[in-house]
Amino acid sequence: MTATAESAAPRTAAPSGPSPTAMRRDRPKINWWLTALVAVCSLTVLIPLYLAVVTALKTPDQLGGTGFELPIGARWENFAEAWTTVKFPRALLNTALVTVGAVLLTLLTNSMVAYAIARNLHRKFFKGLYLYFIAALFVPFPIILLSVVKETAILGLDNQLGLILLYTVYGLSFNIFVYVAYIRSIPLELEEAALTDGASTWTIFWRIIFPLLGPMNATVGILTCLWAWNDFLLPLVILSDPAAQTLPLAQFIFQGQFNTNYPVAFASYLLALAPLLLVYLFAQRWVVSGVMRGSTK
Amino acid sequence: MSTLTRPNVGRKTPRVFYFMVLPALVIFAVFHTVPLLSGIYFSFTNYAGYGEWSFVGLSNYINLFRDDRILNAYGFTFLFAIVSTIAVNVISLAVAIALNGRIKFKTGFRGIFFIPNILSILIVGYVFNYLFSNSVPAIAEALGINALTTSILAGADTAWIGVVILSVWQAAAFNIIIYLAGLQTIGGELYEAASLDGASSWRQFRSITFPLIGAFFTINMVLSLKNFLQVFDQIVSLTAGGPGTSTESISLLIYRGGFEGGEYGYQTANAVIYLIVIIAISFVQLRILQRREASF
Repeated sequence: MTATAESAAPRTAAPSGPSPTAMRRDRPKINWWLTALVAVCSLTVLIPLYLAVVTALKTPDQLGGTGFELPIGARWENFAEAWTTVKFPRALLNTALVTVGAVLLTLLTNSMVAYAIARNLHRKFFKGLYLYFIAALFVPFPIILLSVVKETAILGLDNQLGLILLYTVYGLSFNIFVYVAYIRSIPLELEEAALTDGASTWTIFWRIIFPLLGPMNATVGILTCLWAWNDFLLPLVILSDPAAQTLPLAQFIFQGQFNTNYPVAFASYLLALAPLLLVYLFAQRWVVSGVMRGSTK
Repeated sequence: MSTLTRPNVGRKTPRVFYFMVLPALVIFAVFHTVPLLSGIYFSFTNYAGYGEWSFVGLSNYINLFRDDRILNAYGFTFLFAIVSTIAVNVISLAVAIALNGRIKFKTGFRGIFFIPNILSILIVGYVFNYLFSNSVPAIAEALGINALTTSILAGADTAWIGVVILSVWQAAAFNIIIYLAGLQTIGGELYEAASLDGASSWRQFRSITFPLIGAFFTINMVLSLKNFLQVFDQIVSLTAGGPGTSTESISLLIYRGGFEGGEYGYQTANAVIYLIVIIAISFVQLRILQRREASF
């Protein structure tokens, strides 16, 4: 939405009356009471993170109290200890591999399926297919959980590859829903012109449609990334080899070992949360607007 | 060239479109529909997850309704899901309206409120676990609030509140953004006209804001309830279903009974009931909420 406000600004030079956004700009009336209220509310988000950071830097004998006290002399060794105890590099690599794989495979396949469906919705087969995929949105995961685990074990997919495949398949229902709506808003003229020039449907999709899907690809990519990166249940039940553990799963498995040492445990939580948090810090605007776009389509 | 107004109309569908969807259809069926059907099939057996099994007719389903552990899981899950759905929607809508107001650092605050959504709920749950078990009692003691000096997670009657707080803390992030997207579709001139007419803020909310974001309200209510009914990660890290089985959700029970308890057939029957319940609730909710929307 900030984009529309910015693009409206240069146009105020036009003789027509200024737009409402431009008018509000002329006399910005900041509500400071509301700003203060929002700031206080935002503390609820930050307090648990603050608690995690100060606890991770303490020595065990500094714990006591409320936990909110600042550490006396930061103990960075907690992070080094957590790094090796939970085999952090391995878990990070697994999570990154699964997430990148799931995002790429999802973008390449789900958009193509949605394109075929969107351009043929007037045909019974494709309409039926559309409803078939959407209906799966209502099926709670626990009902297929036990059978999927058996299936992946039999097919030798009880590993990272299996996870990539499952995220791509289970994301299909929702992604088709948003892609189809978006593709149907793209005018047909471009495709018709390409068709008369003798381009094949494949070429049309990859050269014309896929690039036009940019904003939707961003939205689907962000949501898939957040899901695959943070998911706990699927890795818990699918992965059989401990060497394949993802970040959340590793935290769960090593939980017992930290019973007596909260600071190291908290250091390992922060290590696990940090990568995505850092990415988010830099891409925050883009991520939030990507999610917002998905909801208005 | 009338045939070009819509490619392929009146012609056969180019085969290439079938090639585009068939692999997806097959893989989706293998990993979603087949497990669903096989789950329903095994719900009529006494399969333990391994070894021999035989058909037992409807006895799994009949036993479900006599099983206190199952009934308890449904009771907890529904109480939790309904309270959380209402809380998260009220809070998110309020925060979204504030964020949409004339405040400073809009984008920054928006970014902060979205943070919980990018964090692993399991890991955040461990932090909240410490907060509830150590920090809150210590603070309560210092302030002399006796009711909170023992951890709420330690009480069978209060542990569910901890699960609600953690879940709302996380789910609000996404809901705020959806509501904000909805609020930004409303033009500012509507409010300007309303305040010229002397409408109060509450009146503006009731007559302009709420009706115009009706679709977003519907989506958020349906999705929140559906997600909360499947609660799993939060419970694993916060209470592990305890104390006793007081916070054992349906998903956790299916996972535990099916994987660890040798109740594969029995728990899939539980899952089938669960599926029917979720579908029924989603449809009822959509009907009611859409009728509300239309009547505005």
